[in-house]
Amino acid sequence: MTEAQEFERVLDESDKNVASFEHSDISFLKRAQHFLHSTPAAVPLIVLVLAIIIFGLTIGGRFFSSYTLTLILQQIAIVGILGAAQTLVILTAGIDLSIGVIMVFSAVIMGNCAITYGLPTPIAIAIGMGTGGLCGLLNGFLVAFMKLPPFIVTLGTWSIVMATNFIYSANETIRDADVDAQAPLLHLFAVSFRLGTAVLTLGVIAMVLLVLALWYILNHTAWGRHVYAVGDDPEAAKLSGIQTKRVLLAVYTISGVIAAFAAWVSIGRNGSISPSAAVTDYNLQAITATVIGGISLFGGRGSILGTLFGAMIVGVVSMGLNMLGADPQWKVLLTGVLIIAAVAVDQWIRKVSV
Amino acid sequence: MAIEPILSARGLVKRYGRVTALDYADFDLYPGEILAVIGDNGAGKSSLIKAISGAVTPDEGEIRLEGQQVQFKSPMEAREAGIETVYQNLALSPALSIADNMFLGREIRKPGVLGSWFRMLDRPAMEKRARDKLSELGLMTIQNINQAVETLSGGQRQGVAVARAAAFGSKVVIMDEPTAALGVKESRKVLELILDVRSRGLPIVLISHNMPHVFEVADRIHIHRLGKRLTVINPKEYTMSDAVAFMTGAKAPAEPVAA
Repeated sequence: MTEAQEFERVLDESDKNVASFEHSDISFLKRAQHFLHSTPAAVPLIVLVLAIIIFGLTIGGRFFSSYTLTLILQQIAIVGILGAAQTLVILTAGIDLSIGVIMVFSAVIMGNCAITYGLPTPIAIAIGMGTGGLCGLLNGFLVAFMKLPPFIVTLGTWSIVMATNFIYSANETIRDADVDAQAPLLHLFAVSFRLGTAVLTLGVIAMVLLVLALWYILNHTAWGRHVYAVGDDPEAAKLSGIQTKRVLLAVYTISGVIAAFAAWVSIGRNGSISPSAAVTDYNLQAITATVIGGISLFGGRGSILGTLFGAMIVGVVSMGLNMLGADPQWKVLLTGVLIIAAVAVDQWIRKVSV
Repeated sequence: MAIEPILSARGLVKRYGRVTALDYADFDLYPGEILAVIGDNGAGKSSLIKAISGAVTPDEGEIRLEGQQVQFKSPMEAREAGIETVYQNLALSPALSIADNMFLGREIRKPGVLGSWFRMLDRPAMEKRARDKLSELGLMTIQNINQAVETLSGGQRQGVAVARAAAFGSKVVIMDEPTAALGVKESRKVLELILDVRSRGLPIVLISHNMPHVFEVADRIHIHRLGKRLTVINPKEYTMSDAVAFMTGAKAPAEPVAA
């Protein structure tokens, strides 16, 4: 005990429990807030289960069948994989607007290498993956070393990659039959198998395995903790000895590679390879899944499992409304509501304190 | 003093454009002591501390750690040499747990294949060491070491940052304004913590504006003025007003350097 100074003498009688961790009189709401704070994937999981129950009750057995539920999974496989890439970037408090077009461009490269140039399919796939990685590396370099805002960088590369895609391919589609005949390996992720009425494709399994692998990396390796730390407080991360630039560079590069992997899965799902798929808003769908999944746009918070649930929520809602025969715009409207609700919940959870 | 200083600097110069932040400054820290560094705003305290903690590289001069000349290019290198710094902003990652924060940047991996191939963190080992360190410093009755740092109070966060420095600092711990953002009770807790760290044999460099705190815990006080060391005083022989007078130039010290 240090010798107290005059003005501090009275402290001897005061409450000494400054630095203890006791909790008392915590309201239920506070406890819920704490629980959600430590379990970020809980909110989207609850919403997902609720959505399934609600649509199951209103539509009945037709919706609640394993066939329908696995069909939803097939529909979200691509968005789920892109969402995983987006999650990595958003965890570092960044955003990647370019992954959607990187995916399409990589698919076009894979298709052209395998079919137009006649390269062996595994090499074509490797070149496609490399292309995605290079696009991501460019993003990462501009963000980490040139210190440009991620939004601006990827807004720029979005246009650059999209234009390159159209110029390079002359907007020529590679037909489904040609892919099947010359490079069936590109259709690998369309391979499906049945378990009763459930139909699972390799694409769905790949999505789930990818998310699980990333979950492991993010939560149980040092690199994963560094990704969170960089997004949380870059200055603190740097002072703690983390090489923040290298982490950022790696995150954007990996995001590009995952986008190229999504390209391979998308060839399986779509059959043909069309450069004009670049105009589809895969990108916004991936960001939607990520945000609904509870990944904070301010970085450093959220679980990648949430992204998977977020993608499933969007899939369940659109399938459910579809089966109810609703105008497709209702799905868009509901997605918008979910996004705003998700961010509101995120803000509330962030305010947690003892 | 017959003992060799553990950390010393001679003739440090740092210029920022036309501003000279360090003007041939000297510095000595002896084993097992608490050395307070005080000085008016703009006296060059921060530059001095940044130079010895590796955050800036001085233009001239030499730094010696245990008699060996060292040149730090980054705070990382200083850390590897055994100099830990508790920054004023604490450098903690709010969303990560206490244990994750304590080991941020130097995580422990599981032994065997799990660690080398799957790079798996050894959470139980990290949690145990974190808990041991915190309770060793008499810090807190921790219920949940996996609690996110942002759910802690200011004093508790300071405690985690100090515990991290004490856990890894093998030679010197530098603390930048550790009580600046704290209330009276929490300040007291942190001062006790500082003495606790010293009793473990680690010398401490304490930068503070708080004269009562400085005079209470410091063994010697380094007064920095106009970019150089003006003098070093013994807090028992001088009053706070003397120190303030030296610091602001109202009074000149009797002898140039009383080491």
